[in-house]
Amino acid sequence: MTEQVSEYTQQKPQMKPSFYATKPTGMTLFMRTFFPWQVWRFAWINLKMLVIIRRSHRSH
Amino acid sequence: MARVVVLGAGISGHTAAAFLRKWLGINDEVVVVSPLPRYNWIPSNIWVGVGLLRQEQVVFPLVPVYRNHGIEFKQARALALYPEGTDTNASPAVEIEWTLEGKAGERERVNYDFLINATGPKLNFGATEGLGPEKHSLSVCTAEHARETARVFLEQIERMKRGERKRFVVGTGHGTCTCEGAAFEYAVNLEFELRAHGVRDRAEVIYLSNEYELGDFGMDGLRIKRSGYVTPSNIFTESLFAERGIDWITRAHVKKVESGRAYYENLEGEDREISFDMAMLLPPFSGVGLKAFDRKGEDITPRVFAPSGFMKVDADYLQKPYEEWRARDWPRYYQSPAFKNLFAVGIAFAPPHPVSRPRVNPRGTPIFAAPPRTGMPSAMIGKAVAHSIADMIRGSDKPTHTASMAEMGAACVASAGANPFTGTAASMIVFPIVPDYERYPEYGRDLDYTMGEIGLAGHWIKILLHHMFLYKARLRPGWSLIPE
Repeated sequence: MTEQVSEYTQQKPQMKPSFYATKPTGMTLFMRTFFPWQVWRFAWINLKMLVIIRRSHRSH
Repeated sequence: MARVVVLGAGISGHTAAAFLRKWLGINDEVVVVSPLPRYNWIPSNIWVGVGLLRQEQVVFPLVPVYRNHGIEFKQARALALYPEGTDTNASPAVEIEWTLEGKAGERERVNYDFLINATGPKLNFGATEGLGPEKHSLSVCTAEHARETARVFLEQIERMKRGERKRFVVGTGHGTCTCEGAAFEYAVNLEFELRAHGVRDRAEVIYLSNEYELGDFGMDGLRIKRSGYVTPSNIFTESLFAERGIDWITRAHVKKVESGRAYYENLEGEDREISFDMAMLLPPFSGVGLKAFDRKGEDITPRVFAPSGFMKVDADYLQKPYEEWRARDWPRYYQSPAFKNLFAVGIAFAPPHPVSRPRVNPRGTPIFAAPPRTGMPSAMIGKAVAHSIADMIRGSDKPTHTASMAEMGAACVASAGANPFTGTAASMIVFPIVPDYERYPEYGRDLDYTMGEIGLAGHWIKILLHHMFLYKARLRPGWSLIPE
């Protein structure tokens, strides 16, 4: 048996799966908590959820 | 006059009971049987598990709510169904065993005209040696489990503040687990709280999952239109983990947990082990072990229940390969094919097959995520079945309302850090939950109604849902106007 993670965490960054993951840019991170943009997203996501609920109930 | 008995007071059972009471006449009876006297808004257990909420903030007593709304409540667990009645009493009945203090252990047979099995899952910690809060790992499946998890987590934080380094392993405790969304949510919340406590640099956080890819969530993942591409959900999930410095191990079947160490095998069939200072590993689910007997007392459990213990309903249970799975295999009415007055909702119904592609390692160990049936679909199914039963009591000869998971969408908001200004959550919407490749040949889902994004707005929605659904579950004025 091997202690995979101990080896794993000591590896160089480029040896880890996370190295190959898509990472957000500074702008993306900023927008995630940028208040005016998030107020708009709050309204938009809620609306989208309501549409989905309505569409799901329509099949009854 | 009719009597409807609902077994279970979780999201689906409580929803069904509340709507039945609303739609049935004053002479009709609604009886809820549940071993616990409290309702638990399970999606918020995550926040209890990191010490942000107290247990009392996610539970409330059911007795006064049911008393005020004319629903009879029996604090008991269901043991066996007698759908044909018995030689001495021809009415269908369910045998229950009281758990109420003072009556604990007493048995009673409760007759019914219609019965809804909403017993939810048995948290099958026993499937993995050493798994569970009574052994070597933690859980957030119940409010009590979450409280204990928070106690251990806060203790670890204190140690880190004194300079110790800690490793946290979060994920699934068996190769056939479901509810990966909850494990994902707990991992990112834990990481967020480590930062909030100023000890992130002393912690390793590792996500250990049975999913083939991150972001599978038991739904075979999802595809999202974003920035000119149709992108699979693993891209977003990996991105979030990489950004947060969370390492991950997928395709893992945990087979044994000891104090501070978990042993697992992967899809290649290799043995691995990982040490930890704290592990939150979800258990696999099974049915609660209800039995069924015919009028003569013969065991007819296999006729009513699948081998997993979940109840068979109007699904196509014919075993067939992944390539031949169809959306129409999934149940629409949740009615037992054996007994027309018997229904199963929420986690209690037996799915016809998984949603995620099943995979088995060279040793024959299945390692893939089981299909989720919690939250929004549970409530929608509970409501549809309540509607059907109310119509059948009024004279309809068959169920009238459907709630197929292959025809309904679901919204899921997974918290990724709880703070009103700096917190975030992943908001995900899928339509339909079970991919329908006949209707949507390319991806199985309608991409105009399938989305996912991470942001502060999601956290606000999560808070809104917490308060809104607890209000609704308390059956406060206007509760039925809040959509499920």
